[in-house]
Amino acid sequence: MIQVISFYIFAAILLASAAMVIFARNPVHSVLWLIVAFFNAAGLMVLVGAEFIAMLLVIVYVGAVAVLFLFVVMMLDIDFAELRAGFMRNLPLGLLLAIVLVVELILGIGAFRAGAVELGGAIAAATPADKPNIEAMGSLLYTKYVFLFETAGLILLVAMVGAIVLTHRQRKGIFVQDISSQNQRRPQDSVRNVNQPVGQGVEL
Amino acid sequence: MSWFDLGMTERFQTWGMSYEWAWFTATLAGILMISLLLMLSVAMIIYAERKLWAAFALRRGPNVVGPWGVLQSFADGLKVFLQETIIPSASNRGLFLIAPIITFTVALMAWAVIPFNSGAVLADINVGLLYVLAISSLGVYGVVIAGWASNSKYPFFSAMRAAAQMISYEVSIGFILICVVLWAGTFNMLGIIEAQKGHVLGFVNAFGLNPLLFPIAVMFLISAMAETARAPFDLTEAESELVAGYQTEYSSMSFALYWLGEYANVLLMCTLNAVLFWGGYLPPVDWAPLYYVPGIIWLFAKIWIFFFIFAWVKATVPRYRYDQLMRLGWKVFLPISLFWVFLVSGYLMYTGHFA
Repeated sequence: MIQVISFYIFAAILLASAAMVIFARNPVHSVLWLIVAFFNAAGLMVLVGAEFIAMLLVIVYVGAVAVLFLFVVMMLDIDFAELRAGFMRNLPLGLLLAIVLVVELILGIGAFRAGAVELGGAIAAATPADKPNIEAMGSLLYTKYVFLFETAGLILLVAMVGAIVLTHRQRKGIFVQDISSQNQRRPQDSVRNVNQPVGQGVEL
Repeated sequence: MSWFDLGMTERFQTWGMSYEWAWFTATLAGILMISLLLMLSVAMIIYAERKLWAAFALRRGPNVVGPWGVLQSFADGLKVFLQETIIPSASNRGLFLIAPIITFTVALMAWAVIPFNSGAVLADINVGLLYVLAISSLGVYGVVIAGWASNSKYPFFSAMRAAAQMISYEVSIGFILICVVLWAGTFNMLGIIEAQKGHVLGFVNAFGLNPLLFPIAVMFLISAMAETARAPFDLTEAESELVAGYQTEYSSMSFALYWLGEYANVLLMCTLNAVLFWGGYLPPVDWAPLYYVPGIIWLFAKIWIFFFIFAWVKATVPRYRYDQLMRLGWKVFLPISLFWVFLVSGYLMYTGHFA
């Protein structure tokens, strides 16, 4: 009973907030609605017993990705009138995309009704009841799917290096603090005691 | 067992409730017990910290309200409660009011998985540590939304700083926690504490005294200060640059909620230090007579020690500059903690820990 109630609560709030992401006038509000949607998706994951995925969803999407979204969107100075001016021009393309998506959805649901697709070999058994989620997933990821897993990691690494290479630039003429050289500096390097005769200038 | 454990469900069942109702009542009672006592301890800990700062500065501190001034926090709370809530006309009204509620709620949420004694934990879940990480990463939203919704320059700068700072330090905190989890072999908080029993030389109950884990225990303490935006990393409310940071436009109860949330977060970070590296509710050494002292007393003693360190640092260490903060996070802590994951996992593989 409580499962059904919580499923419908999570699902209803998820759909409503997903709709609000599109309908909100203010992009910052859109991002905040997106965060609510992520949260409820995590709740659904917990309901199906995938607590690890749920936590990852919150840590990665809510804790990092959405913060960066918010970071960027908050700093934009958006002119709403100008945004709406392009509406009519983009309408045909938008309609086309919507029609393609609807057709794909119908096709997908129809194909699913016709029966599941057999992809590759036998799928590993469902999570054993005595094993925590993380252990079951780790023992599968690091044995059977280790190459796929490491390829995904490599692709992410290349993307990261690429982003840094594209945006990094060496700026000249700025002062950069060099902490180790500061720490290595000793009084005898920079302070000099002079016994100065009267009436003569100081040699610096 | 103790006065607070999850035997409560069974106890309610013996009073003739069905299992569902007994569970519901027991969970509700647990939530109330934790959050009300937490609020009370936040009030007392603010008083304790002000007394400590006063001692560091050779002052008297609060000494007027009640005996030795112990009721000072309640007087402050009453004063703030009676103030007028001012909402700036240019602000985004809804978000402006929601932001402090988010900070406060999130600060309470993480306490659900903290074990106070063996078995005395509200939610004994497999992914306890990940839950703490997830919840602590939410704390930034209260600050960021406040900064944006205030529609004012200084709060906005503060929000930008808070977002960058929290993301930076979460990365190294994640790697530090991986080292702990590798050694404990579980994400469950109770499991992590039990794994520390007799960990060093067979009788010291602490990961922190393990020579391989001591450096990251220190790094975790520093990262915890940065994560809660405490001095010397309180760039988000640097009064010399940003007036009062993200809470500049706040007054009355909405301001007090930030205050309460901040201290609940500080207490949480002290507790995490105690639980992850210093044995939580276990006595310091694995010696039978020490187990007669209730675990919750050991845990509170450890929390107080870390709170003293937090207050000590805040009273004595000058604030970092922003580029120094970023350098420490990305160029010092991140490489070291990443290398330490490699080191710890290599050591554990070599000694056959996972066999």
